[in-house]
Amino acid sequence: MLLNVQNLNVMIPTQGGPLHAVQDVSFSVSKGETLCIVGESGCGKSVTALSLLGLLPKSAKRSASRMTFDGQDMITMSDKQIRALRGNRLSMIFQEPMTALNPLHTLGRQLTDVYMAHRRGNREAARQRAVYLLERVGIAKAAERLGQYPHELSGGLRQRVVIAMALMCEPELIVADEPTTALDVTIQAELLRLLAELQKSMGLGMIMITHDLGLVSRIADRVVVMYAGQVIENALAKELFENPKHPYTRALLGSVPDPSHPRMQPLPSIPGTVPSLVQKMEGCHFRDRCAFASEECRVPIPLVGVGAEHVARCIKTGAQAPNARSTAP
Amino acid sequence: MSKDAILSLSNVTHDFGGRRVITGRSPTIRAVEDVSFDVRKGDILGIVGESGSGKTTLAKIMLGLLPPTQGEVLLDGTPIIEMSRKRIAERIQFIFQDPYSSLNPRQSVGQIVGYPLYLRGQENAAERDRKARELLDIVGLSSRFFDAYPSQMSGGQRQRVAIARALITRPDLLICDEPTSALDVSVQSQVLNLLLELREEFGLTYVMVSHNMAVIQHMTTRVAVMFLGRIVEMDTSEKVFGTPQHPYTRLLLNSTLSVNQGAGVPDLNVDAEARHAMRDHPSYVSQRV
Repeated sequence: MLLNVQNLNVMIPTQGGPLHAVQDVSFSVSKGETLCIVGESGCGKSVTALSLLGLLPKSAKRSASRMTFDGQDMITMSDKQIRALRGNRLSMIFQEPMTALNPLHTLGRQLTDVYMAHRRGNREAARQRAVYLLERVGIAKAAERLGQYPHELSGGLRQRVVIAMALMCEPELIVADEPTTALDVTIQAELLRLLAELQKSMGLGMIMITHDLGLVSRIADRVVVMYAGQVIENALAKELFENPKHPYTRALLGSVPDPSHPRMQPLPSIPGTVPSLVQKMEGCHFRDRCAFASEECRVPIPLVGVGAEHVARCIKTGAQAPNARSTAP
Repeated sequence: MSKDAILSLSNVTHDFGGRRVITGRSPTIRAVEDVSFDVRKGDILGIVGESGSGKTTLAKIMLGLLPPTQGEVLLDGTPIIEMSRKRIAERIQFIFQDPYSSLNPRQSVGQIVGYPLYLRGQENAAERDRKARELLDIVGLSSRFFDAYPSQMSGGQRQRVAIARALITRPDLLICDEPTSALDVSVQSQVLNLLLELREEFGLTYVMVSHNMAVIQHMTTRVAVMFLGRIVEMDTSEKVFGTPQHPYTRLLLNSTLSVNQGAGVPDLNVDAEARHAMRDHPSYVSQRV
């Protein structure tokens, strides 16, 4: 197992009180596996990603019962040790290629800097690696591009550069936070295909964070669905899409516009909005928006097994419901 | 121009640049090229295309915010550039993509929604407030939001405020530029459902600009596909999505990632040559229907 996270909690102090952005989140990623973390805005998926890389704001408090990368304990790791991992064996692709690149430096400088920081190689070796990777991500005339600045490139090309940069030090795990949402659909498809291909050929583990269920269905091996700071369902992709258990997962899948819905007729939607995480919530977080909610949902709901390698945080998942109910306090 | 056309565009072209600068003239970029179509009463006309294809420029031209370099836009048969902003606003309103920046953070919801009436200057304050409350109710926000500020509201609620503001002068045509792309999926369907309901209730006509093919397929009666400033295909929604004629339309449809577990990411294989071929491919514009 490449990455193993158990009971991750992140608390961010705000003016209104402590914000519990991530609550008891557990998941793991193996080599060559793609894990998708799905959820709407404000459900804690980006904070989860940032906490893996030690990039949380200074005021945030992170705790976990277990957090290992390739067997190394990440909880007790010093800043220096995290820095040696980050960009090296563990790298990240951010959402906005506009802001992820430094506008004042050439692409060559930015690509080679990562390599020089971790590999202590000479600049020529770094340059060669940069050219090789730019070609791998489908950029023509790569050697000439090294002298260019980010503003000279289109959004799609910039995101290719960001991907190349993430690959400079041959990482084992890539965390990609909505890497294609800022791009056109045609470019999105090209880049996702490229990422999947690179991942397979290099045996990378990947955590893809997104709100796009269509995208998830195309690339995920395993899916974690988050809602209001909690994991509410975790299953292999095939199982999740064929047999979604949590009412939120089902409602989310139902509200994606799809040719199977009758045209110009109302789409299924979820009433209300994602709750604020500033107050600590008791019981099921989805309760207020759920069509099946009842009094029993007011107590804390554990994640329970609802199938092979499939867990859901709900007491109303059909056959499993009586069992789960009896275990609840 | 057909009889029931609200808005009629003929051979509209728009160039950016070409201004006088120290070294001569800045280079011109043709954002919209030779676009002609009618927006008819009851239509939901979808405009799709990649970023930079001229969708938003076209929307601005339709609103009379941007005079076209060539060609003409007629609103009820009158050239839109000869009409005052007020007269245009009586007929056409606009919903922007980002409900976080389209609402004034210093105005209360009631002020925001009632502001178009204030500008028109026909009602007194009490009447404006009454109408604003009524509109808030229609878009599904209770009137307890009347004194709230945009910062206290979620994205979906803000977009409802923007819709209420757009409808308070009872326009006939609503131009929506990516109305749901800043919203979550679960909220997106709430807003799309609301737009469909309001269309029934007020007999509205919509122009919807979007890059989300699934939304356009669900919502529209007719579709115009834009590529490099030109309309490369235009027909009824059924035809465009059922039997796409232009290679660019097919590319857009193929690259849409619908929920389909195990299908993988499609291999589009578009190189520069394929794009050149698409650019030179004749367009399919059907003016019937």
